Amino acid sequence: MRVFIVRRVVVSFFIVLASTALMYVLVALSGNPLQDLLENNSPGREARIAARTQALNLDVPIPGRYLLWLQDVGQCLVPGGAQCTLGLDRQNRAVLPQLEVAIGSTLRLVIAATVLALLLGVVTGVVTALRQYSSFDYGVTFVAFLCFSLPVFWVSTLLKQYIAIDLNTWLRDPEMTYASIVLIGLVVGALWAVVIGGDRRRRLVVLAVATLATAGTLTVLLNSGWFQRPTFGILGVGVVSLVAAFLWSALFAGLRPRTRRVLYANLAAALAGTVLVAVAQPFMADMSWLTFAVLAVLVVAVAVAIGWALGGHTRRLSAQIAGVTGVTVVVLMSLDQLLRSYPTVYRKTGGRPIATTGSETPNLNGTFWETNLDLVLHLLLPTLAIMLISFASYTRYTRASMLDVMNQDYVRTARAKGLNERTVIVRHSFRNALIPLATLVAFDFAGVLGGAVVTETVFGWSGMGRLFTTGLQQIDPNPVMAFFLITAVATVLFNMIADIAYAFLDPRIRLR
Amino acid sequence: MNDRDPRSTEAPRIESDMAGLVAADTDVLEAAPTAQRSVAARSSAQTILLRFLRHRAAMSGLVVLSLIVLLAFSSIGFGPVPGWWGLDFRVPMPLEDGGRPTLQLWPFSLGAHPFGQDNIGRDYFALAMKGTQQSLIIAFLVGLVGTAVGTVIGACAGYFRGTTESVLMRMTDVIITIPLLAVAAVIAQISGGVGGVWGLGIFLGLVTWTGLARIVRGEFLSLREKEFVDAARSVGASSGRIIFRHILPNTIGVIIVAATLAMSSAILLESALSFLGFGVRPPATSLGQLINNYRSAMGPRPWLFWWPGLFIIAIALAVNFIGDGLRDAFDPRQDRAKA
Repeated sequence: MRVFIVRRVVVSFFIVLASTALMYVLVALSGNPLQDLLENNSPGREARIAARTQALNLDVPIPGRYLLWLQDVGQCLVPGGAQCTLGLDRQNRAVLPQLEVAIGSTLRLVIAATVLALLLGVVTGVVTALRQYSSFDYGVTFVAFLCFSLPVFWVSTLLKQYIAIDLNTWLRDPEMTYASIVLIGLVVGALWAVVIGGDRRRRLVVLAVATLATAGTLTVLLNSGWFQRPTFGILGVGVVSLVAAFLWSALFAGLRPRTRRVLYANLAAALAGTVLVAVAQPFMADMSWLTFAVLAVLVVAVAVAIGWALGGHTRRLSAQIAGVTGVTVVVLMSLDQLLRSYPTVYRKTGGRPIATTGSETPNLNGTFWETNLDLVLHLLLPTLAIMLISFASYTRYTRASMLDVMNQDYVRTARAKGLNERTVIVRHSFRNALIPLATLVAFDFAGVLGGAVVTETVFGWSGMGRLFTTGLQQIDPNPVMAFFLITAVATVLFNMIADIAYAFLDPRIRLR
Repeated sequence: MNDRDPRSTEAPRIESDMAGLVAADTDVLEAAPTAQRSVAARSSAQTILLRFLRHRAAMSGLVVLSLIVLLAFSSIGFGPVPGWWGLDFRVPMPLEDGGRPTLQLWPFSLGAHPFGQDNIGRDYFALAMKGTQQSLIIAFLVGLVGTAVGTVIGACAGYFRGTTESVLMRMTDVIITIPLLAVAAVIAQISGGVGGVWGLGIFLGLVTWTGLARIVRGEFLSLREKEFVDAARSVGASSGRIIFRHILPNTIGVIIVAATLAMSSAILLESALSFLGFGVRPPATSLGQLINNYRSAMGPRPWLFWWPGLFIIAIALAVNFIGDGLRDAFDPRQDRAKA
């Protein structure tokens, strides 16, 4: 293993070296950096040409310029790093500070899109595999193919034009006709009916219940003005946590008498987590990432401890699931806090909360939660646009992988020895079906970074995409190379992690 | 053979099993239930063709794509050949009804400007058709060049092994490290001046071969150890002959599928590049270029934005479905979800 990692690091280093050299030469050759000055006939032309030649070292041949750039990058490896600039752009500004600003917003976008696409894609993929050849399966397959065929920038522009503007207008005065409430209820109900499946009677029951529940909830929310001042309240957090605890135990442990204690332990953990959150309520208003992390760790740790203490002879399993419950409580609490700061953000953004340009509202001066809600609202549409393709590929991949595993002999053995369907699917099939996804995530990352360039342009983010496109348009290699450096290192790193993870998850694979 | 007692002897059972296998293999299970049927032998090419023709999504994709190609090339003509649509995409005309599309579906009529007019009054149908032509040409070139390069590199790496393999595959690794869109943008910027649309297609093909090279190499690695390759080598066939006549035909399925999917992603890549301003440059046009041009007209003239987008989606979707059908046809073992 250690030999493998060392070898991979050395090989990766040379690969990054070669790819940066290639890209540097290509970027430098892609046009004449003096073009705009040569076309310009104003007086100080010669001086400006001389200045830019000086700034971009145009008097040095291209390989020499690459070495100079490499030297600038090398400065960053020196401890202290006072000279660490990643080179200067053509206005003689250091690239590193620009990159530091850019990388934050781009990473937010890329990580949000990857995580969301992964979660949604895996769940959808598993459901389509379990309901193979159902109408839901065909529907999702078609949607996945559609997502593969959508131009990202086109979707982004549409989202910006229709969703953002219309949703903002609707949020100003959130009302719905009864017809649209019923329609939304029916759509959601039909979705649940095809997902849950079963015979005709069961599907009709599911359809009716889900439709009524959705329409009812919507009516209550609309009439109580929830969309103006949204919140779960501590009661809501508690109830939803208990439901989640029940679902997680049912899913991962089952509801048989043997694992009854897991359920009880989890309900207790959810309750304790909610109480903790309620106690911490006064500290919420003025939070920082540090206090948030402390609170989150505390809630999860208490949940795990309760799961362990009450788990009986299934305490290991119980503690694991209680950990998941604890995370759920933290997520719910954060959502609640974000929603509570909505009215303030709504006011500060002039009544147009869903943003279409930029990565944050300038001069917001909000609290921790307000700032973060603002970031989330800015992320909403770009993430949606960028995750479509990843979502499609995760869905297809999970489905194929799941079907593949479900046809394996060991799954048949598991069924044959009398395990119930839940255990077969969750413990035997699902875990193994996830293994090939490790590789896909690594490869997908580079693709999402590429897609981010386009999405950032549409939504006017000043992220790494901006660095790349303006740098390339001006034939200014250093900002472009900063972008490449990050993506190349990320790709190489992720591939290595994928290989290691693969070997870790699947003992049949040996790393050489 | 239903009249036989299955327990009677050993031999007929095997025979019936064999018949079942043959039937399954040639897809005639439902064709002839009678006892005296003769199982028509089909070549594997015929089997594949039949499977493809039965793939409903792929066939609809094929029909849609053919219609689009026909429409794009026949309407405004190609090169010196004139088309049936009389208006030129370069000539501004007086705006009629604010340039709104005159296309009517029921009762069907094209009107003067079926897709409307752009802000200076050019006929948008002609423009969109010109853009579709260019995008199709680019996609086709990228698919062709990328497939050719990828196949040759993958084949050489997989067949020769050793130093050739390490050099070629490290080269592939280097290019894979860079996001495709980024390297394509740089390449497109370079090729901007050279050869217009054709140059762009060929240059883009030169950076999109990496995935296929890896796949082909994998296929070659396993096929080169097979007996038929040993046989060919022992009668003195040259390396070139073994690669192109003996091994390559066995990998053709994988290559065709990859080429198809490469074309659909090339359409999207070209449009994204043109959108960023690195792809097709004016006065040349393409679907992505049209969207980029008229993005700001989204509010007052949304059709300028809708038509090219819908054409991109239709082409990419059709090609994706064809690729899916081809994959199922060449490799029926895979999960056959008929979308």
